Amino acid sequence: MRNDAVTFKIDWWIILIYIGLATIGLLTIYAAVFDAEHPAIYDLATSYGRQFLWLTISLAAGMILLLINARFFNNVAYIIYGFAILLLMATLVIGSTVAGSKSWINLGFMSFQPSEFAKFATALALAHYLDKIDRDFNKTRTQLTAYAIVLIPMILVLLQGDAGSALVFSVFLLVFYKEGMSGRILVIGLAAVAIFILTLLTGKTTVIIGIIVICGIILIFTKKRKENFWKIFGIAALVITFSLSVDFIFDNVLKQHQQTRIKIILGLEDDPLGVGYNLRQSKIAIGSGGFCGKGFLHGTMTKYDFVPEHHTDFIFCTIAEEQGFVGVVLLFAVYVTLMIRLVIMANRQRSTFSRIYGYSIASILFFHFFVNIGMTIGLLPVIGIPLPFMSYGGSSLFFFSLMLFVFIKQDANRKDIL
Amino acid sequence: MIRKKDKYQERRFVIMGIFVVTAVVLLVKIFILQVVDTSYRQISANSTVRYMTQFPARGTVYDRKNRLLIYNEASYDLMVIPAQVKNLDTNYLCNLLNITKDDFNNRLAKAKKYSRFHPSVFFGQITKEEYGGISDKSYHFHGFYFVNHAVRHYPYSIAAHTLGNIGEVSSKDIENDAYYKSGDLIGKSGIEYYYEKKLRGKKGVKAVVVDVHNREKESFLNGELDTLPVPGCDLVLGLDAELQQYGERLMNGKTGSIVAIEPSTGQILAIVSSPSYDPNALVGRVRGKNYNELLNNEEKPLLNRAASGTYPPGSTFKILNGLIGLQSGVINENSTYICNGPISHPIKCTHNHHSPTSLTEAVENSCNPYFWNVFHDMLNAKTFGGVKNAFDYWYRQVVGFGFGNNFTTDIAFASSGQIPSRNYYDKIYKGIWNEWTVRSLSIGQGEILVTPVQLANYAAAIGNEGFYYPPHLIRAFGDGSPIDSVFTTKITTDIAPEHFKTMKNGMKRVFEGEHGTARGSAIDSISVAGKTGTAQNPHGEDHSIFIAFAPVDNPQIAIAVIVENAGFGSTYAAPIATLMIEKYIRGYVKRTNVERRIMETELK
Ligand SMILES: [Zn+2]
Repeated sequence: MRNDAVTFKIDWWIILIYIGLATIGLLTIYAAVFDAEHPAIYDLATSYGRQFLWLTISLAAGMILLLINARFFNNVAYIIYGFAILLLMATLVIGSTVAGSKSWINLGFMSFQPSEFAKFATALALAHYLDKIDRDFNKTRTQLTAYAIVLIPMILVLLQGDAGSALVFSVFLLVFYKEGMSGRILVIGLAAVAIFILTLLTGKTTVIIGIIVICGIILIFTKKRKENFWKIFGIAALVITFSLSVDFIFDNVLKQHQQTRIKIILGLEDDPLGVGYNLRQSKIAIGSGGFCGKGFLHGTMTKYDFVPEHHTDFIFCTIAEEQGFVGVVLLFAVYVTLMIRLVIMANRQRSTFSRIYGYSIASILFFHFFVNIGMTIGLLPVIGIPLPFMSYGGSSLFFFSLMLFVFIKQDANRKDIL
Repeated sequence: MIRKKDKYQERRFVIMGIFVVTAVVLLVKIFILQVVDTSYRQISANSTVRYMTQFPARGTVYDRKNRLLIYNEASYDLMVIPAQVKNLDTNYLCNLLNITKDDFNNRLAKAKKYSRFHPSVFFGQITKEEYGGISDKSYHFHGFYFVNHAVRHYPYSIAAHTLGNIGEVSSKDIENDAYYKSGDLIGKSGIEYYYEKKLRGKKGVKAVVVDVHNREKESFLNGELDTLPVPGCDLVLGLDAELQQYGERLMNGKTGSIVAIEPSTGQILAIVSSPSYDPNALVGRVRGKNYNELLNNEEKPLLNRAASGTYPPGSTFKILNGLIGLQSGVINENSTYICNGPISHPIKCTHNHHSPTSLTEAVENSCNPYFWNVFHDMLNAKTFGGVKNAFDYWYRQVVGFGFGNNFTTDIAFASSGQIPSRNYYDKIYKGIWNEWTVRSLSIGQGEILVTPVQLANYAAAIGNEGFYYPPHLIRAFGDGSPIDSVFTTKITTDIAPEHFKTMKNGMKRVFEGEHGTARGSAIDSISVAGKTGTAQNPHGEDHSIFIAFAPVDNPQIAIAVIVENAGFGSTYAAPIATLMIEKYIRGYVKRTNVERRIMETELK
């Protein structure tokens, strides 16, 4: 192997973006919780001190990953996946409960969410499975196995009560689509979400009447009325069943606080000092940043009045408040560049394993970025997932770094594949 | 690793498209928030938003004649947001509040523990006088501000036990009901406790922009986020403040209670528990200190004797035993029994009267042997098939009058008393007992325990000739909502109305008869029916008891009086009861000499 030359083949753009995002995150945590009594950035008594330590650990781990044989992760993918599943099951038993979900394992000196690790393991296992020569997404068997690889950890995370992290796994639909799954399924998925929201907003009766009216109109104007009748009838029946089950799912599957959050997002409930408080404060903080922002360390909303989560899930608010729209645009540019760059890199892989793995992490990062920022601006329910590389939290930073560096290594060795 | 052809390579553009479009959608929304919508620009780098709780006005409480019993008086809480505290002149603030530096540190630590970013009460219930001296200096203290949070005032200083008081919520209250936050006030006793949810209303919130000098500048977003507090519901009680006040004066220096009920509705007209205290003593910051003093007072002024004190009913219970005798057919209105006076067996007679004695004479003279004989014959009546079955019948009749645990009431922490059942005696005597074992019950002594509220209700049921409404304080809600239907549902006893007429005649003779045990307490031009009683007290002088109602044919008031350690019922309880009746029905009292004697007597 030509490991000696690895440094020359590393995609330095990605490394640069990674360090850039982590640094912005670190400075923002510093700004958000800035405490005049602990001004040093490496003070371990503060959250930014601990985050700095974790960044150092993550970078060191990344360097080590670059030295490991690129084939290693393909070979041990199932072992890592199996370990992740065991860990998720163990969490159901020994996990500690935080904010209503039993999704953390406490190791004494630190605690981490096995679901973070499971995302990485699932990407590896999926890539490994589809890498085999006889795997083809046009075969039902391949499709079903691929779905199972994703669904097993997703269900386990859902059982922990962490609906937010479980939803992340749904982004593998993008990877499936890329590898040959019918585009219709993607569209159906989006339509399902739309009907879900419409049902909650307007009530099932309105939705059902609407569907019947629309189908009726289509039937009147369609040409081959007799041939299409059963088709349209079937679709209408399916959609109505779905709409009815949404009611049931919402009332019986989602937890009280999740229901409330969704209702607040949809404007069905008003709770100025309760769950709605975070969201409203978040919007005020972002809005008060204006075009240019208030300046580094000058954010008042996120510093004084905000919820304790302002350096974890709501870190975007601090940036938006202090750096304004200009800063937000720059941050978006960096994130979009990262995601596009990952797609370009995935596309240039010769091995199926590396390609699928690359698309997987691009999709996971995309989902986190989209949902995290979407929730701070009130576009999506507050489901509490971190902003990659920026939110405060050691295990989140560490596993995102791990995930990224494994791909950087794959990419550096892409030419080894004949 | 195997090289396969990437069959769907072109789909990467769809994926990139999704990424970019999503980012643009987010950016558009952020652009609207930050640039298009200028409303949030109110908050600059030098200001912040403060969410101030708007406490609702707690419902006021009126008596039956719409006289104010409880109203709200201005008071303030000093709030703190720990994260905003800076450049604080601690000594200055301590001096203004008159607290030590240690106390200050404890309070701040407690607030920090709750939240660094959310406000909590730093120093609660500041009176308006104190507020005047501090408020204009508050801008010195960054992170501190005042909110208006009214306390209660009791203009009559009466009915402390019944009206109750409010105090700071406990951590348990907060746990049980998310509505409450630390420093909130909650009903702790009396109707303040019982009707808490009605009285409290709903808190509101007001968002204000606060500048760098800790000054509240303007309403945030033109009040768009504000919610108005919803005032609590007013209560109208059945109490008659004047009668209540009069009762408390009559009980001055004595231990015991008075309960007066309007028989036609079950509304309580007066409920006195003595010794009492000024309800205003448990208002504001002095509450804790005064409460402890009352708690440690040997006379137990905090105890609501009227509702939770339990006593043997004594001879007042003979009316009920007579009624049960009549209803069961063991006796009729003309039945007579021989009384051997002091040598009667097993219970001697304490009064001197002729023999044989009729039922009404027995009531007039409170003849023990007569009621023992009735009780004995009833328990042995063949129709029941055994003493124990007969006892079950007796028990059902007694409970039917609201004794034991038989009615709901809005008097907080009311006791249910105790009526011994067949099982109770079976347990104690291992199944072997008869009428002789329980003979004390025939004259209201022994294992029976009743509360003054139950006794007054008993008087009302006799006055109504067989029915009652559960005694209650509430008369109406200010918002027009109906009171609990249990208070308006008639409860009927199993005794036929004509038997009540017979007993009423006897009870009239208690005042009017030659030997009547309360003949000294008769009121001219008002017909009163009553019965004296003496509750045996193993710890000292017996308790004086009296029940009565008036006017006899259409009672407007039924009353029970217990004066502890006062001996015979006729000495104190009877005059107090009749003075109350006179005051209520006539509006004033003619017998001023009796009134003066009672008010001036102190029994310690
Ligand atoms: Zn006698």
